[in-house]
Amino acid sequence: MVGRDTLLAIFWLMVTLVVIYLVLSRIALPRISAVLADRKGTITNDLAAADELKQKAVEAEKAYNAALANARTEAAKIVAQAKAEIQKDLDAATARADVEISAKAAESEKTIAAIRDGAATAVAEVARATAAEIVAALGGAVDAKSVTAAVTARLKG
Amino acid sequence: MATTGEEHAGGLQIHPMDQFVVKPLFGDGPVYWYTPTNVTLWMGIAILALIALLVLSTRRRAIVPSRGQSVAELFYGFIHKMVEDVAGHEGLKFFPYIMTLFMFVFLSNILGLVPMSFTTTSHIAVTAVLALLVFFTVTLVGFYRKGIGFLSMFWVSSAPLVLRPILALIELISYFVRPLSHSIRLGGNLMAGHAVIKVFAGFAGAMGVASVVRVAGRQRSGLRLYHPDLCLSS
Repeated sequence: MVGRDTLLAIFWLMVTLVVIYLVLSRIALPRISAVLADRKGTITNDLAAADELKQKAVEAEKAYNAALANARTEAAKIVAQAKAEIQKDLDAATARADVEISAKAAESEKTIAAIRDGAATAVAEVARATAAEIVAALGGAVDAKSVTAAVTARLKG
Repeated sequence: MATTGEEHAGGLQIHPMDQFVVKPLFGDGPVYWYTPTNVTLWMGIAILALIALLVLSTRRRAIVPSRGQSVAELFYGFIHKMVEDVAGHEGLKFFPYIMTLFMFVFLSNILGLVPMSFTTTSHIAVTAVLALLVFFTVTLVGFYRKGIGFLSMFWVSSAPLVLRPILALIELISYFVRPLSHSIRLGGNLMAGHAVIKVFAGFAGAMGVASVVRVAGRQRSGLRLYHPDLCLSS
């Protein structure tokens, strides 16, 4: 024979199990499984997005490197061009300066030659006059012709 | 002095089995099968705990779970994975059923640890019903899905032919004994464990009172502190 306590426990256990089953199958389990599925979806999406962003970053880096290389070559070109221009200007300026310098030098040489010639004739004149004065002082007759001839001969010698 | 100690030991009233008595919640009248009793109360508390644990904690449906929600997800994941591993993907149809049994047993056992509580799973009536539910479910579903082929479970085809009848007999006996072992394992363990806890707890209280009384008595009588009677009588 089954006691009253046993029947009572079985009855209330059945009630409890039915309630728990209903709570679980209607509310708790679908909700938790939805949350888990949601999370899985979110994580997958986020990973995909992260992958995409990473791809983009790699591309951007590539583009950046290309731009950098471009800029480098461009800069080198500009530098070379500038150097060439400067060289050209420099060459022109040097040539002009050379021409000017040679012109100046020629002029100076001419002046110097003129001064030297002037000096030589002056020396001869002074020598002649001095010689004539010396001859006169020594009491000789001053013969202009012979004095000149003698001085010229001396100067040549 | 020794008599005082014995009086206290004699007055030690520990009733370890009182905690398993089914009492009506209201009044003192006769208990019928539908009477709300402490069984009803603690099963109801188990239901409330289940709702708090699995429904209230997940009400925000957060992608990043709160503490309560992650506990609920742990329970879900634990049982879900176990059912899937053991019964395969098709077996997930039984997931709510198994989750029900698991949560009920789990919550009843945990709630039984609360002092002065009533442990519903300590009654064989409860555990036997749980075991028989599983037994009949397995048997009926087995016959429904496999027909008479379900019986081939008892015919171990990997064993030598000579051994097979013997093994079939053993398998059959073990199959029918299983609900009994399931119900006794849970109910017996809980009843014995809780009775022992009650006995120990009763000892703790009695010993505490006895020691205080002895010290007081010793001071009054003026006996020496290490008198052998004193040491032995307690």
